[in-house]
Amino acid sequence: MSASAPVADRPVNKAPKSGKQRRHDEGTGKLAAILLSPTMLVLGLVVLFPIVMALRESLFQAGGVDPETGFVNEGSTFVGLKNYADIFSGPTGERFWNAFYNTTFFTVTCVILETILGVAMALVMHKAFKGRAIVRASILVPWAIPTVVSALLWKWIFQADGAANAIIGRQILWSTEGWQSVLSVIVADTWKTAPFIGLLVLAGLQTIPADVYEAAKVDGASAWQQFVRITLPLVKPALLVAVLFRMLDTLRIFDLPFVLVGPRKESVETLSMLAYDEAFNTRYGPAAAYATILFIYVAVVAFAFVKLLGADVLGDAVQKKKNNNKGKRVRKAPAGVPEAGLASGGGA
Amino acid sequence: MATATATKIRPEGSWLKRWAPLLGVALIVIYCLAPFYWMLVSALRRPTDQFDNSFIPRPFSLDNIKDVFKDGTGFGRGLLNSLLVAGSVTILTLLIGLVAAYTLARLDFKFKNLVLAIIITTSMFPGISLIVPLLKLFIDIGWINTYQAMIVPSLSFALPLAVWTLTAFFRQMPRELEQAAMVDGCTPAQAFRKVILPLAAPGVFTTAIITFIAAWNEFLIALSMVQIKERQTANVIISQFTGTSGRDQPFGSQMAAGVIVTIPLVIAVLLFQRRIVAGLTAGGVK
Repeated sequence: MSASAPVADRPVNKAPKSGKQRRHDEGTGKLAAILLSPTMLVLGLVVLFPIVMALRESLFQAGGVDPETGFVNEGSTFVGLKNYADIFSGPTGERFWNAFYNTTFFTVTCVILETILGVAMALVMHKAFKGRAIVRASILVPWAIPTVVSALLWKWIFQADGAANAIIGRQILWSTEGWQSVLSVIVADTWKTAPFIGLLVLAGLQTIPADVYEAAKVDGASAWQQFVRITLPLVKPALLVAVLFRMLDTLRIFDLPFVLVGPRKESVETLSMLAYDEAFNTRYGPAAAYATILFIYVAVVAFAFVKLLGADVLGDAVQKKKNNNKGKRVRKAPAGVPEAGLASGGGA
Repeated sequence: MATATATKIRPEGSWLKRWAPLLGVALIVIYCLAPFYWMLVSALRRPTDQFDNSFIPRPFSLDNIKDVFKDGTGFGRGLLNSLLVAGSVTILTLLIGLVAAYTLARLDFKFKNLVLAIIITTSMFPGISLIVPLLKLFIDIGWINTYQAMIVPSLSFALPLAVWTLTAFFRQMPRELEQAAMVDGCTPAQAFRKVILPLAAPGVFTTAIITFIAAWNEFLIALSMVQIKERQTANVIISQFTGTSGRDQPFGSQMAAGVIVTIPLVIAVLLFQRRIVAGLTAGGVK
């Protein structure tokens, strides 16, 4: 806006500018389509195409004996919804429901724990002005460690004669089977990602202007009331996005139980591991069916979450941010109250 | 009166205010770093002291680290493979994603939100549902055990991530920049290349780090697509380390390998923590 005023004063460039501007706007649809096509093409190839293929694949079964000729089939035969029907019944049904339960259990437990811990961490970090850089760097360490490495790290800690047993003074065989292996996965996952939620929530906290709390204090609100009535509603957008992403991440959990406990362990087998196991044994049809069910499950959860809680994933607030940023650049006057929160957030 | 009570209350309040957050901070740092420290300590013990539970490795030894690079582990090669795969994914992602992100941040067109939604949604698909069909396809076209079989599927999570963070960065830059450049006679493409790109360099760099870390940490794709040791990435090789002594898991060398795989990332995190946080929160938090 401010730049357009001097622009208008320039006689030489005035005409081409306005002409270009108009053309620019008219052709944006086409231009945008051209510029976006590489990305959409790649995503179409590596995401959309496999999904469609998986749907198709899940209707086929490899090999088997042809009922008419009696020969063993080389290629795959169309079996309709048989793969799906098989999933829900019989011995494979048991395995599926177990994996389904494990996946859901991990997701619910881990996300709840991580959210509580993450919010607590964010509150502490928000209060602490000293050592914020150290905290931030250390919080990123679990995030940066590859999941495989962290799984091995926790496997080492949970060894029979490892650190965990030494600390609690008991002999628990952690990463074998049963509740203790479930617990070890939960502990490892929480360690890795609770700080990350804390980081996102902290960023949300820093956008809350300080004067809101001043006002609440004047009105005599207790610390708890401030937290419930001000902090939570105002960080809700950031928190919801963080929780949504964690949920979708945990629903497809694979590396952690696979390396920490191992494949084909009943107590920790998740849907991803089940599908991998089938594919690894070249049963692509059933594998694709499992993968498709997981895919639908993830989509339903994401949709329900966005619809019910109104998680603002796309963010119309982006526009607001831009304005705030403008404010930040001109913050000469110390008083600019609405910018205060963001300025400290961006500058810290 | 008022001042008297104020001076009386303040020291107590400030004592708690000063120490409680510091204690909290200490707890958080310990929580985050203790397991990592344990990995470091375990890596620096002598292989024979593996089950020693002291906090400091004594005697200090680099034997585990030497073991990791012994012939036959394939770990050195695995590191190179990881570097190659993650590096290629990062470069490809940036090349493709930059244009898309700039378009999404600057141009106003119909279906913009839809496109953005599609891009974000694609990053949420479970990896396994992409891998099963891709695995079969790659077997058919002979891509199994190749680098491209790891690089191409990795774009499915790297590209949306990069587009999202880059879009947030571009949005923060004032539109007047390009307008001024175009007034001075630049075409839109020139304005982007000569004005925006240099100014966006920090954002691009941040996105590159985040993408690289995500690609470096990838496991499922690398595990499924490659079976031969010469092509496996470091993550896969670590997870499949076998002990010298039969069934025992070689935790000493696994911890050493874990430290080696992680140290570059930890250094990057320490150096660029402010930027990484900005990048991670730019997309996720408004």
